[in-house]
Amino acid sequence: MTVRLMQGNEACVEGALKAGMKFYAGYPITPSTEIAEISALELPKVGGKFIQMEDEIGGMATIIGASVAGLKSMTATSGPGFSLKQENIGYAIIAEIPCVIVNVQRVGPSTGLPTSPAQGDIMQARWGTHGDHSIIALYPNSVKEIYEITVRAFNLAEKYRTPVILLLDEIIGHMREKIDIDDNSKIEIIDRKKPSCPPEKYLAYAVREGEIVPSMASFGEGYRYHITGLVHKETGFPTGNENVAEELVNRLTSKIENNVDDIVTYDEYLLEDADIAIVAFGATSRSAKKAINDLRAEGYKVGMFRPITIWPSPEKQLLELSKNVKRIIVVEMNSGQYFLEVDRIAGKNTLVEKYGKINGDIIKPEEIEAIVKEGHNA
Amino acid sequence: MPSQLVNDYFRQENLPHIWCSGCGNGIVTRAIVKAIDSLGLKKDDVCVVSGIGCSSRASGYLDFNTIHTTHGRALAFATGIKLANPKLNVIVISGDGDASAIGGNHLIHASRRNIDITTIVYNNNIYGMTGGQYSPTTPCGDKATTAPYGNLDNTFDLCDLVKGAGATYIARSTIYSPNMIQKQVENGIKNKGFSLIETITSCPTYYGRKNKKGDAVQMLTYLRDHSINTVAYNKLSDEEREGKIVVGEFHNSPKPEFTQLYDELIKSMAKED
Amino acid sequence: MPTNTEKVVTVNLEWCKGCGICVAFCPKDVLDLKDEKIHIKNINACIKCGQCELRCPDYAIWLGDR
Repeated sequence: MTVRLMQGNEACVEGALKAGMKFYAGYPITPSTEIAEISALELPKVGGKFIQMEDEIGGMATIIGASVAGLKSMTATSGPGFSLKQENIGYAIIAEIPCVIVNVQRVGPSTGLPTSPAQGDIMQARWGTHGDHSIIALYPNSVKEIYEITVRAFNLAEKYRTPVILLLDEIIGHMREKIDIDDNSKIEIIDRKKPSCPPEKYLAYAVREGEIVPSMASFGEGYRYHITGLVHKETGFPTGNENVAEELVNRLTSKIENNVDDIVTYDEYLLEDADIAIVAFGATSRSAKKAINDLRAEGYKVGMFRPITIWPSPEKQLLELSKNVKRIIVVEMNSGQYFLEVDRIAGKNTLVEKYGKINGDIIKPEEIEAIVKEGHNA
Repeated sequence: MPSQLVNDYFRQENLPHIWCSGCGNGIVTRAIVKAIDSLGLKKDDVCVVSGIGCSSRASGYLDFNTIHTTHGRALAFATGIKLANPKLNVIVISGDGDASAIGGNHLIHASRRNIDITTIVYNNNIYGMTGGQYSPTTPCGDKATTAPYGNLDNTFDLCDLVKGAGATYIARSTIYSPNMIQKQVENGIKNKGFSLIETITSCPTYYGRKNKKGDAVQMLTYLRDHSINTVAYNKLSDEEREGKIVVGEFHNSPKPEFTQLYDELIKSMAKED
Repeated sequence: MPTNTEKVVTVNLEWCKGCGICVAFCPKDVLDLKDEKIHIKNINACIKCGQCELRCPDYAIWLGDR
């Protein structure tokens, strides 16, 4: 058992390698660049490949290509790059190409505050690419959890044949903590299902009975088939048929929405007797935990609900929570993006408030404590 | 049953193709397939990557590993495929707008990297799929729906562009000479590095009609009468060179290839262990 | 090309879009257009050179097995 001091971005690469990442393509951008640098260093050692592309769009397109050829692939970026990648994220959604996109969030819009933390891409992660779709987005809050959740991001990408967005923020990406990464032999690794039928029987986009997604052959394995970003039939070839279009888009959405129990993970902290719940994620949840401990010492019955799966949102759990507490305060480094989702789910049962910050400054425990007390006294 | 070649390499169920009457894209696509056939490549080992636009629909008609990607990004997708599986013969089919406008950055950097991808640009001097807007290869002065008073832009010489960027095999041909296209594609595939074959094709429906170039036959005749090989071109005076389309192989100079270098890196790291 | 003597020019009217390229570039005036589709008007003049197959953008004319 080796305990190491590790940076969040480094843990992300370690997790990716554990999951079987064999390909990384990207473009340097603060505060995600260490993920590219460490991938460049480590991938050739395990027979994997790294390429620094000419731009962010190229980075996204290239990991889709590598995944089509059979390699587990990842890219990492931050706000401006995440914006540029959106069209090809949509491609990976409709063509059902597994891949992982890490977004280490910084302050926007535009170049914003490149070295300061934010959580302003919550809604972009959900709706960044055009058209109706569903998405999986995960958000860890510690170095150890970054490691574990990166593995999970790959597993979900492979299982559901979809791009998975791993949300970090500048704080947890650059934070250093001790982590034991030897004690992980029990971590489950999922690989995409390959076709077992003879090539002439292969329907690239047909879902077999009892399966969630179509089985996926890699280019070069003898299954010659067609991939397109156009609406396509089970054969993979494009069509303008309205019924096929509706069925396809519905299937792409429902393969995620129908499996929320498998996809959604979350953490609860001192909620058993709580009448006030803080909803927070990423770096902010760490401040919230400290605030809760301080408030508890003063007698406040406050706890935290921390979604680890941001999208699809933990709807069932938030609804349950709304029945048990008098107040929910959504604390996030933006001006109330996840608040919209929590309020949609919980607002009919309880009071949902927001506390946000958008200036690049971390939300400190004292601020959260003040918000809790303020409302309590009112 | 269609011809043996079409039967062996095209997806019959998707034909006839969507290209307009007299469009040259079908001629180029057949020449590419003929090159693959003549090299004896296994269909399973060929991957055709295309972007968006008229030409990029070619991938759907071909019985290989085929991927129709996003606008301008075919080379970036192809870079991932080739790097992930260097055994695949990766062929990119792109149009003038796809390759040199929205995808121009990938074109110069794939050239710079000298990655073993053979790119065939179907240059019809126009954006056909969207109905005839000017592209980076629409001649200055010519008309397009977005250049109703004549195009003010200068054009790219795609062959010069990729030469400067580092491509190792560069050639140009026209649809008047399908056998020349075939030969150039063969040599491009044989080159272990980045190859660009620019094929001048015709769009009678949009570019031709808008610029009074005549029908498909007249446009093909124009290509016959105005194309000239490098040797003959070099003997001409400046006035005589006006309006000529120079065809032939311009550059064939191998240098270390990107995926090979990466595989050597991996091997050297394994030795160190 | 001795093998070509066994071949015969063949058309697929369903794929023909009537562009007229094969008609114009046939060296022996074997072809014409009828109702905007390819039509073989003089098969006896055909020398089986394959120009039509080479140039047809629609794969609608070729030298097929007799």
